Amino acid sequence: MIGRKRLVLETAWCKGCGICAAFCPGQVLEIRGGKAAVRDGGQCVSCGLCELRCPDYAIYLVNVEE
Amino acid sequence: MPSDLIHQYMRIDHLPQMWCPGCGNGVIMRDVAVAIQELIEDPDLHFNREDFVIVSGIGCSSRAAGYLDFNSIHTTHGRAIAFATGIKFANPKLHVIVLTGDGDCSAIGGNHLIHAARRNMGLTVIAFNNNIYGMTGGQYSPTTPNGERATTAPYGNVDRPFDIANLATGAGASFSARGDVFHARETIDIIKQAIQHKGFSLVDVYSVCPTYYGRKNRKGDAVDMLKWQRENLIPTARYYSMPEGERAGKKLIGILSINDYPEYTEEYAKVVDAVRKKGKG
Repeated sequence: MIGRKRLVLETAWCKGCGICAAFCPGQVLEIRGGKAAVRDGGQCVSCGLCELRCPDYAIYLVNVEE
Repeated sequence: MPSDLIHQYMRIDHLPQMWCPGCGNGVIMRDVAVAIQELIEDPDLHFNREDFVIVSGIGCSSRAAGYLDFNSIHTTHGRAIAFATGIKFANPKLHVIVLTGDGDCSAIGGNHLIHAARRNMGLTVIAFNNNIYGMTGGQYSPTTPNGERATTAPYGNVDRPFDIANLATGAGASFSARGDVFHARETIDIIKQAIQHKGFSLVDVYSVCPTYYGRKNRKGDAVDMLKWQRENLIPTARYYSMPEGERAGKKLIGILSINDYPEYTEEYAKVVDAVRKKGKG
């Protein structure tokens, strides 16, 4: 993953609506087994759109310690 | 372990929230939390967390008062604005935010809405507008578009809908705006401006209800409904740069009207002061 941020999935809170995967500009995410999952983490640019539109607060970015 | 924002501003022992998969309400509730966080963290603005009060009515939207970790009160159907008015009068320095739904604020509480707007009561009303009564099973609401279906309109809705933002403007609101789920960043900024506005401010936020409204009207799933918002709800700058012909059927996301009418509790305090002075003679 590019940048100083890391994606975190709170899978227990995910309801599998698919909003994060549908609007991810890098196609980083997919729905697998009814839950959001990372498809290709290398494409993540830490834009945060998934966190912004996740209705369940099940995906977010955290700063990575240098 | 949720994000810092959620940890800091929501009651995580009440999460995950109970809304349906893809319901827009979770996004709007997060928008409110981010807006408040950014106001508190701005050193130039002097907002304090303990000065915020969240008031809700009844309906899907109104569960938000239970999830947000502020001074909060979950009141009766349609009466959130009435309770909020009392709180504002008791302590006018508070930032009183009403979280309500289209049915709660424009049907059952329609009178409270128009008169709080007319008086310019210093409240911020965030309407989670999903075009239907979700909690009770998908009955049509005052914002269900004409011709669309609901459990109580199986052959199509005969009513014409309210535009809540325009209704507030017409009733005299000094700040009226529209937001949506797809344009979350823009909506956060609109909510911040609404909270900072002195006087009555209303933000009509278009939610999505894939479970009832979406399914009844073949709108697809939550993703399809957000794509519709992306194409048809247009942030201010882009809206006004579009040729007028292309605006047909589209709605503006942004501030619709803003005025500096006198705020009600301040005007009331002036009357009290004047009468007291006169009484002392």
